[in-house]
Amino acid sequence: MLLFLVLCPIAAAILILIGAPARFTALVSAILNFIVGLVLFLEFDRSATGFQFVSSTVVSTDWGIHFAFGVDGLNLLMLSLATIVTVAAIWFTGNIGNYERGFYASLLFISAGAIGAFASIDLFFFYAFHELALIPTFLLIGIWGTGNRSRAAWKITIYLTVGSFILLIGLIMLYQSLPAAARSFDFRELQSVVARNGIADATQRHIYLLLLIGFGVLISLFPFHSWAPEAYASAPAPAAMLHAGVLKKFGLYGLLRLAAPLLPDGAHYWTGLLVVLLLGNIIYIGLVTIAQRRLDWMLGYSSVMHMGYIFLGIASANAVGNTGAATLIFAHGLSIALLFAIAGQIRERTGTLSFDDLGGLAKVMPFAGLTFGFAAFAAIGLPGLANFASEIMIFFGAFRHGWEMQRFHLFQVATVLALWGVVISTVYMLRAYRATFMGTMPERWEKVADLSRSLRIPAAILIAALLAVGFFPQMVVNIVTPAIRTYFTASK
Amino acid sequence: MNYFTTNSSLPWLILLLPLTSAAVITLFTRRSKSWSAAISVVAVLGSFICSCLVFVRLDISAPEFTWLDIRGTLQVPIGFVLDDLSRLMLLIVSGVGSIIHIYSLGYMRDDAGESRYFAALSLFMLAMLGIVLANNFVMLFIFWELVGFTSYVLIGHWFDRDAAAEAGKKAFITTRIGDFGFMIGILMIWIASGSLVFDDIIAHLSKITSNPAYLTVAVLLIFCGAVGKSAQFPLHVWLPDAMEGPTPVSALIHAATMVAAGVYLLVRVAFLIQASQTALLVIAWIGTITALLGGLIATQQSDIKKILAYSTMSQLGYMIMAVGLTSNEAAMFHLFTHAFFKALLFLAAGSIIVSLHHEQNIWRMGGLSRNLKLTFATFFVGALALIGCPPFSGFFSKDAILALAYQNNSAIFAVGLTTAFLTAFYVSRAIVVVFFGKPRTDLARAGKESPAVMTAPLIILAVFSFIAGFPVFARNFLVVPREKEVAVIVPALAMAALIVGSGAAIWLYRKRDRDPLSIGVIRNRLYFDEFYEWLIDSTQELLARVAAFFDRWVIDGGAVRGLSGATFGFGSLLRLFQVGNLQAYAFLFGLGIVAIIYFTIFH
Repeated sequence: MLLFLVLCPIAAAILILIGAPARFTALVSAILNFIVGLVLFLEFDRSATGFQFVSSTVVSTDWGIHFAFGVDGLNLLMLSLATIVTVAAIWFTGNIGNYERGFYASLLFISAGAIGAFASIDLFFFYAFHELALIPTFLLIGIWGTGNRSRAAWKITIYLTVGSFILLIGLIMLYQSLPAAARSFDFRELQSVVARNGIADATQRHIYLLLLIGFGVLISLFPFHSWAPEAYASAPAPAAMLHAGVLKKFGLYGLLRLAAPLLPDGAHYWTGLLVVLLLGNIIYIGLVTIAQRRLDWMLGYSSVMHMGYIFLGIASANAVGNTGAATLIFAHGLSIALLFAIAGQIRERTGTLSFDDLGGLAKVMPFAGLTFGFAAFAAIGLPGLANFASEIMIFFGAFRHGWEMQRFHLFQVATVLALWGVVISTVYMLRAYRATFMGTMPERWEKVADLSRSLRIPAAILIAALLAVGFFPQMVVNIVTPAIRTYFTASK
Repeated sequence: MNYFTTNSSLPWLILLLPLTSAAVITLFTRRSKSWSAAISVVAVLGSFICSCLVFVRLDISAPEFTWLDIRGTLQVPIGFVLDDLSRLMLLIVSGVGSIIHIYSLGYMRDDAGESRYFAALSLFMLAMLGIVLANNFVMLFIFWELVGFTSYVLIGHWFDRDAAAEAGKKAFITTRIGDFGFMIGILMIWIASGSLVFDDIIAHLSKITSNPAYLTVAVLLIFCGAVGKSAQFPLHVWLPDAMEGPTPVSALIHAATMVAAGVYLLVRVAFLIQASQTALLVIAWIGTITALLGGLIATQQSDIKKILAYSTMSQLGYMIMAVGLTSNEAAMFHLFTHAFFKALLFLAAGSIIVSLHHEQNIWRMGGLSRNLKLTFATFFVGALALIGCPPFSGFFSKDAILALAYQNNSAIFAVGLTTAFLTAFYVSRAIVVVFFGKPRTDLARAGKESPAVMTAPLIILAVFSFIAGFPVFARNFLVVPREKEVAVIVPALAMAALIVGSGAAIWLYRKRDRDPLSIGVIRNRLYFDEFYEWLIDSTQELLARVAAFFDRWVIDGGAVRGLSGATFGFGSLLRLFQVGNLQAYAFLFGLGIVAIIYFTIFH
C-alpha cells in the first residue's frame, strides 16, 4: 500500500511526460492516492506499536540499504496530510500557459518525494526522496512563477541545498557514531541500537546541532527563514500549497522522528538555543508579518511564523507538546494550503495581491471569502478547527516543561510569549481579511467571478479535514501519542 | 450511566440544535432566506424548550464526551455543569435569544445577507450556551472564543461598509488581548491543581491557595478574559464600535448575553476569586471605574445606540463591582434584570431606527412619542428599569449592589451613587430629545410604527422588565440577595440621585434643538481610542516596520550575500547556480549521494 502511494504519482508523472492527458492523469492519480491514504488511515491498527504495513526490498546488502517503507502513528498523519494536499493542489491548478505537462509532472514529483520521505523507514531513502522533491520545486518557481521568479527560485534552491547538505553531514555523523558492527540505515535498527548503546553526550550535541540547523533551514527556522516568503510569493499557488503545506514539514518530521528520540541529550543541551530561535519565529517574524502590504508575502511570512509553534511543541519534549506539534504539522499544512489556493485564485482574476488594490471582494467572491475565512480563522486558532486543538496541546505541553510554582522558567516565559504571538497573528490575519474581502470594493473588480463550482470540492475536503480534527482531536491523539511514547521509552 | 434517556440528552440537544441549524444553513439554504430564518428560529425555540425542561427537572445528568486526553496528563472533556447558576443562565440566554430571533425576522427582512445572519446567530447561540454549560476551563474557553468569532461576523455583517469591517476587527482583536491573559491564567491553574474541571479544582484548591501570590496572579489573568469580553476598562473600546452591527445583534450579543459572559465566568470561578483579597479589590475597582466611565461618556453621545452601548458598559461595571464585593447573588440578579431591560431598550431603539430609515442620531429625531406609541411606551418601561425607578426591575437589582457597596466600601459606594445619577441623566436626556418636543426632521415627522413581529417582542420584554425584579417573581429563578439591616439611607440616596439626574436632564434638554452641554473630552470618549491608536502606532507598528526592514536588508540581504560570498571556498560552487543551470543542481545532488556512499563504504 505504501509502495503504491509512492509509485502512483511517479508513474502518473512519467505517463504525463510521454503523452497522457496531463490534468486528467494527475487528478486521477492524486484521487487514487487520497483514497489509498484514507484506507490506510482506517486500516491502521491503533492498538499495535511499531511500524505497520512494512515492505522492504534490499537495494544493497553491502551497505545495508533497503527500499523500505512502514507507518506508525506519526508518519501516518504526515502521509494523510500529503495525500490530501496533493489532491487540493492539483485540483486548484488553473490554466497553465506553457509546458502544461511539465507543470503537472513537477507537482506529482514533489508529492512523490514528500510521500516517499514520510513513508521511508530507511535513512538513505528518507533523505533521497526529499532531495528528489527539491528539483521540481525549483522548476515550478523558476518557470511558472510570478514576480522576480528566477531570483526566488535560485534563493530557495541554494538555501535548501545548503540546508540539506548540513543535514547530510549530520546524518552521516549519526551513522558514524554507532559501533561499526551495529550500523544500519533502518529506523528500527537505529532505534534499538541507540537504546542498547546510547551515543556519547558530546557526540550527541554536535550531531543534534547539525540536524537542528539542517532541518531548521528546511523548515525556515529563524534566522534561516528568508528564502520562504519570497519563494511562496513567487511560486504558482499549487507549488506553494505543496511546499508550505507538505514538503516543508519534512524537517519537522525529521526532528520528531530522528533527532529527538535518537539524540535526547543533544536535544536537551540545545533546548535553550531552540527556544530563543523559535521565539524569533513567533514574535519577530510575527511583527514582520504585520508590516507586509501584499497578501502573498503576508501568507509566506505567516507560515514561517507558525513554524515557531511546532518547534515549541517539539522543544517541550513531552507527550503533550510533541503530540501537539505533530497535529499542528497536519493542521497548518491544510490551512496554509487553502490560504495559498485562494490567494492564487485571486491573483488569477485580479492580477494583483497588493492590499492597496484589493478590498470588498467577498461581495463578488462570496465562496472564496467564506473559504479564506475558514482557513484564516483556522490559522489563528479558532476552536472547532484543527489548529486550535494542536496549539492547546503545545501550550499545555510547553507550560508544563520544568514548571515550578515559585517562579516562571524558560518554558513558561516562552509559552506566554507564544500566546502573545496568537494576538499578533490575529492582528495580521484580520487585517489581511479586512483589506482583501471587506470594506468598499474598487469598481474595477465588479466583474470578478467567484470560484468555479468544481473548486468547491477540494476546498471542502480541506475544510472537512480541519473541522474533523478540530471537533475530534482525540482521533489524531489516539494515533500519534502512542508513537511518541514508544520513542521516549525507547530512548531512556 | 444511562446514555439514551430523554433526561441525559437534553443538555446535548440544547447545543446540537443551534449547531445543526448553523451547519444546515451554511451548507444548504444559503440561497433561501426564508428557510434559513425558519430553521434558525426553530432551533433556538427548541433550545429554549430544552432549557426550560432542564430548569424544572433536577435529576438531569448528561454523559461526557472526551475531547482530548493525552495519557491522562491533559484531559479535556466536553461535560456539563447543571447547577442553579447554569440553569438560570440557560433560561436567560435561550429566552432572550428566542425573542431576538423572532424580532430579527422583521428587522432583517429585506437584507441580502439574511442567511449568513441567521447562521451566525445560531452559531452564537451554540457558543453562548456552551459557555454556560461548560464544566471545565478549556471547554469554556472553546465556546468563549466562538462567541468572539460570531460577534466578529455579526458586527461585520454589512461587510462592505468600512466602519463595520473595522469595528468587527477591533472587537475581535481587543477581546483576544483579554483572552491572552485568560489562557495564561488557565495554564497556571491547571498546572498547579492538576485539572481543568471546576469540581476537581475545588477539590484540590489547597494546592493553589498554598501560594497566595501565585493565586492572585492567576485569578487576575483569568479576570483579563472577563475584562475583554465584558468591555471593562481598559479594554472597553470595542463595545461602542460594535454598534455597527444590526440592532438585534447589539441587543442579543452586546447587551444581554455575550458581554454578560464575563460576569458569568467570574461567578463560575468565584471559588478561586474569593480566595484572593487583592484580586477581589482589583476586580471591584475595575468594575467601579468602568461603571463611572460608561455613565459619564454616555451623557454626551448623540447616536442612540452608542448611548445604550456606554450604558451597557456602565451596568456591566456594576455587576463586576458586585463580584468584587463577593456577592455573586447581587451580580447575577442585576445580570438577570439587565438582560431584559437592556435588550428591550435596544430593540425599541431598533424599532425607531427602522421607522426612520436607519437614522441613529437623536438630534434628528424628536416628538416620536406621537407616531411610535408602542415603541415609546416600551422604551419608557426599559428606561425606568435602567435608571432604577421603583418598582421596575432595575430598582431592586441596582439597589442590592449599592447596598452591598455601602456595607463594604464607602468609596465604591460614592462612585456607584454618582453613576446612578449619571444614568438617570443620560437616560432622561435621550427620552426628552428622542420622544418629546417637535420632530426635528421630516423623517422624524413621517416615522411609522414597526410591524407586529417587532413590537410583540418589545411587549414581552417590557413585561419582564417590569416584573423581573420583584422578589416574589425573581425568587423562582435565583437567590435574591437579602438586604440585611441596611438603613433606608441607600434607597433614599439612590432615589435622590435618580430625581436630581432626571430633573437636571429634563430641565436642560427640554425643547432644545442642539446639545446645550458640549464637553469635548467626554464627547470624544475621553480620547481612549486616540490614545490606543497612538500607543499601537508607536509600539507595535513601529516594531513591525523596524523588524520588516531588518529582515529585508540585514537577515535576507546579509544571509544571501554571506551564502554567495566566496567564504569557505563554497562561493564558486554557488556561483555555478547564479550562472544558472539545472545541471549544477543535479551535480550537487549527485555529490550528496556519492558522499553518503563514500562514508558508508570507507568507515
